Amino acid sequence: MTQLKQRLNAPLKAIALASSAGLVLAGCASATEEPTTEPTETTSATAEPEPTSGGSMVVGITVDPDTIFPWKATQFQAFRMLENVYDTLTAFDADLNVVPGLAESWEVSDDGLAITFDLRDGVKFSDGSDFDSADVKYSYEAIQDEANAAVARSTLGGVTSIDTPDSDTVVLNLATADVGILANLTSVNLAIVSSDDTEETLSTATNGTGPFVLESRTAGQNVVLARNPNYWGDATPLDTVEFRVLPDEAAIAAAMSAGNVQMAVFSDPITARTVTGDVTVNTTPQLSYHALMLNARNGSMTDKNVRLAIQCAIDRQAVLDTALLGEGAVTGPITSPAFRSDPNARPCPERDLAAAAEYLAASGNAGGLEIDAIVAQNLYAGAVEIAQAVAAQLAEANITLNLEVLESGTYIDRWIAGDFESAIALNGGRPDPDGMYGRYFPSTGNLNQVSGYSSETMDALFAAGKSEGDPTARKQIYADVSAELEDNAVWVWLFSGYTYTATSDSITGFTPMTTGSWQYLRTTGLK
Amino acid sequence: MTAILRSSVIRKTAGALATLFGVAVFVFFMLRAIPGDQISASLGTEAAGLTEAQRQALVEYYGIDEPLTTQFFSWLANLFAGDLGFSVRAQQPVLDLTVAALPVTFQLAVFAILLALIIGVPIGMLSASAPRKARDFVGQAVSLLGLSIPAFLLATTLLTFFAVNLGFNPNGLGYKTLFEDPSVNLQQMFLPSLVLGFGISAPIIRTTRAAVLEIRGQDFIRTARAKGVKTQRIQFRHILRNALIPIVTMTGLQFGYLLGGAVVVEQIFSLPGIGRQVLLGIQQKEYALVQSTVLVIAASFVVINLLTDLLYRAIDPRVRAE
Repeated sequence: MTQLKQRLNAPLKAIALASSAGLVLAGCASATEEPTTEPTETTSATAEPEPTSGGSMVVGITVDPDTIFPWKATQFQAFRMLENVYDTLTAFDADLNVVPGLAESWEVSDDGLAITFDLRDGVKFSDGSDFDSADVKYSYEAIQDEANAAVARSTLGGVTSIDTPDSDTVVLNLATADVGILANLTSVNLAIVSSDDTEETLSTATNGTGPFVLESRTAGQNVVLARNPNYWGDATPLDTVEFRVLPDEAAIAAAMSAGNVQMAVFSDPITARTVTGDVTVNTTPQLSYHALMLNARNGSMTDKNVRLAIQCAIDRQAVLDTALLGEGAVTGPITSPAFRSDPNARPCPERDLAAAAEYLAASGNAGGLEIDAIVAQNLYAGAVEIAQAVAAQLAEANITLNLEVLESGTYIDRWIAGDFESAIALNGGRPDPDGMYGRYFPSTGNLNQVSGYSSETMDALFAAGKSEGDPTARKQIYADVSAELEDNAVWVWLFSGYTYTATSDSITGFTPMTTGSWQYLRTTGLK
Repeated sequence: MTAILRSSVIRKTAGALATLFGVAVFVFFMLRAIPGDQISASLGTEAAGLTEAQRQALVEYYGIDEPLTTQFFSWLANLFAGDLGFSVRAQQPVLDLTVAALPVTFQLAVFAILLALIIGVPIGMLSASAPRKARDFVGQAVSLLGLSIPAFLLATTLLTFFAVNLGFNPNGLGYKTLFEDPSVNLQQMFLPSLVLGFGISAPIIRTTRAAVLEIRGQDFIRTARAKGVKTQRIQFRHILRNALIPIVTMTGLQFGYLLGGAVVVEQIFSLPGIGRQVLLGIQQKEYALVQSTVLVIAASFVVINLLTDLLYRAIDPRVRAE
């Protein structure tokens, strides 16, 4: 974690801000990116003074949460708000270890086909009603029901039945062993709601077991959370947290400088560094990653040698420096800290035009070839710049990358249909590699048509990863997955970006997380 | 009411309704011509993971399962019943959202126009008073700056300058209406109005200059001078009054544009106006929200044009005579 104290002089800041504003505005369209694209790396809390009890804090956000119903939430801001209102059976700590949530402990059967959760005692929903195993069964079965269109349904796809032997115990019976499910259950998309509630009731008011309750919501202006008096854990130091909508990152920076806002997350480093006053900015690597996705079922991409030639012709660091001003780190396929791929363990860790030429010749394209790439124009910042930098490098290897710059809706439609030869993409990462790639590369994965690649080896590795209980052995399995992906140049993994969390020095107790989560608002208070 | 006036009102009203119907058709079908829908806007690439049954459930949830013509006419029918639709995102009727957003933009537009007139008319008159002389060049330069400086650049620079150097950033406090907190509200409107007003002052400077130049060369001005009328009286009573028609036309047009076109300034200064409402609607592909809001903007535009026409009658006796 890097901490920067802001020391830029004011005129420079004004110019920098003004020049970045166009980018910031352009980036607004990406505000609804999938939440799982936001995650970031582990950070550890520094020694800070204990927060005092009481008071309010304002968090600056660029767009207000688009829903308050947790099972349908996909937007970053909605996630950040709802994870402070609802609980899940398991949770992550700051280092992304799976820790107890509403389940105090759990036990996996020897064959891995049943997980028994012992639920926490004395938990109440914010309306005062008691939480018990019936609420877990109700929530999970509703999420499984296709008619409810819950976004995390696939996480429970392997759950064949849910037993509730008593009010404190829940048993998930699985079709096949699934070690990753404990990590995947941490998503607020799998929040436990009261069996007395429905989507309709929870779309206008919240009723969770988390540390805060929704106090008010004014569309386009703010959302205010207040301390939940029925919370089972330590009471939150803050009385209220206001998520205030300031639609432009420059406006948030100005509001922080003027002391109107105490916390914000920036995607643009230039804007983050324009914040003045007693503010600390934490730079946090993301789990999401930029990649050149190659569709191995389409056109010339079916030839492994072509894919390898492309991989060898790209200097990832140079693309990062050119397109994102060096704000990020070159990455391999797996970005989760516990399973991170070695970015040098690939056929061409450095750009190697001679090797690219050899691969190209082996594919019968010694004279060069043309490939098409789709790029989203307004889905996230930097896409077109990355595409142009990659195209310029490939041109030097005699590969012409024809860029199809598309409006975000068209891009998403084509991406979903797997209708591309290659695609410049920013894909979400997850703490567990099965959650991250288990939907892409196994032949049965629900995004396999998008990934454009499957193999028996890949199927076997993912099946083994799901059932392997030994952490060391599991880590090796995903190292093998990573090697298989790189050796076959399935995609070209480029780099991961950063987020910048600015916090006023008047607050204490907040820990930015690599998942992008703001769950530590519950320990945040005023000094 | 005379028969001529009655037929004029009927003609204008019919024209306005036809325009609004055209806008309704255009917006409705243009929105749907944009690739993607509310599902892909909400889920992004995660939509690839939906099963067919889940997709169908979402299609019904967002109300996009009916044929286009059915959607169009049921929307139109609801409009006549005063129902502008429902925003799934905000969980509120579009009418409520619009009622809250329209006054913000309206207030901003009024302030911006006032500032634009305060800046534009005197500078335009000064420019015209000495064509191709120093003060004309200064006036033209101000007009050129107003035209060329993008609103986002001026807005961001002013916002940052005031916040960082003076600690003045009322817009960071969260929007307050004029009734909730008049002092904060006026402070919140100051910089955005200035940015918009400066931009709009440019065409007003040019229009004023051109109109004044044209009128001061006319016979009746020469006659007035020959009769020994004081210069000041000629400037204001004869020249400015006659120059007002193009100025009012230009101002009315700009006011209309402001109702829908203040989106960048609303965005940067965090004003929850109608422009931001449309922008959010487009981003989220909230069809009902965008369609109805655009129609409200178009209706406001028509009303303002009508009011501008009426204003002509007040300023120009010749129009009254017609």
